[in-house]
Amino acid sequence: MKIAIASGKGGTGKTTIATNMAVAIAREGRDVTYIDCDVEEPNGHIFLKPKIREQYDATVLVPHVDLNKCTLCGDCSAACEFNAIAVLGKTVEVFPSICHSCGGCSDVCPENAIVDIPRTIGHISHGDGMGVQFYEGRLNVGEAISPPVTKALRRLDTDSEVLIIDAPPGTSCPVIEAISGTDYVILVTEPTPFGLNDLKLAVGMVQEIGLPHGVVINRSDIGDGKTEEFCHRQNLDILMTIPFERRVAEAYSRGEMMSDVNSEYERRFWELYCSIAEKVSS
Amino acid sequence: MRIAIASQGVEKTSAVDPRFGRASYFLVFDTSDESLEVVENNQNVNAAQGAGIQAAENIAKKNVDIVVASNYGPKAFRALEVAGIKAAIWADGTVSEAIELAINNKLKICDKANVEGHWM
Repeated sequence: MKIAIASGKGGTGKTTIATNMAVAIAREGRDVTYIDCDVEEPNGHIFLKPKIREQYDATVLVPHVDLNKCTLCGDCSAACEFNAIAVLGKTVEVFPSICHSCGGCSDVCPENAIVDIPRTIGHISHGDGMGVQFYEGRLNVGEAISPPVTKALRRLDTDSEVLIIDAPPGTSCPVIEAISGTDYVILVTEPTPFGLNDLKLAVGMVQEIGLPHGVVINRSDIGDGKTEEFCHRQNLDILMTIPFERRVAEAYSRGEMMSDVNSEYERRFWELYCSIAEKVSS
Repeated sequence: MRIAIASQGVEKTSAVDPRFGRASYFLVFDTSDESLEVVENNQNVNAAQGAGIQAAENIAKKNVDIVVASNYGPKAFRALEVAGIKAAIWADGTVSEAIELAINNKLKICDKANVEGHWM
């Protein structure tokens, strides 16, 4: 069972929902893996406090030009949509930071002068915390293209019964990379005009990909009723509503579980999981 | 000496384009025969990324020694450096004034990028 936690808007509570649900599932004795795919700002570790056991590089392939074979014909540069390789005087220069690793330049090179070499753009950490298997991807500072790190995370071999995938915010490539191939997507929102606007975009995204989905409304009593109205109109399942509670917010700010201050939440997150498992299997 | 001027138009009276990568044109002046060649740079004006790199490649093909514009990002500067083209800073007037200043060696030459990438 692969469940992704996504949202259009940032700061709605994806990681709160993902980590609390993962821990609730683990406490029921299930084998659960949490994967932090928010590789530009992963923060699941703050809540799960994992002991990291291994780390490895996340790499992309970039071209390397053998100038002994190169005739400076410029086919590589003409093929590159991203201007990441250029013939400049008597040499060919590669600009790895804007290369999209498509391999087009090496494909078109008539002299076979281009080979692809790995370049590290981030790293993946693996460990466990609070009874949950933990993976996290982290993009190096200054890198612009995050999906390859997410792809490496999603390709991991895990035999866990339940995978909880914490997606980045938004509706663009990094999110799509994170949620593709999952069984269910939880869209976390808040009942504000910004939350609703971005929820609509996120719903459009999951419908376009064709993934089953439902909504969790966080801080459900702070805004207006328009988000619920929207969900009813669109026939979206509201899986859970979480009212604002100061002691829960304080626990969050200390990196603690919601159930640490309100024991009801362990049961509520287990029920959230069960309701999704039922939808997926039916 | 071959001098490329980032230009907003195709005449010697055209204004210098302060942008290097996304300049509308480059006018290439050759001091040996005083010829002026127009190099289109329009595929770069709307490039998503790497406009400076492509612009450097465009003028490197024309065997240029020096280019005049006023803003060079880090990748554009690197590309010019590799191509052996000097990056001169000036964008206050016309192409013919820029040529005059370049010939008389009166322009400041960059030793590093002078704007951030994607500065506009």
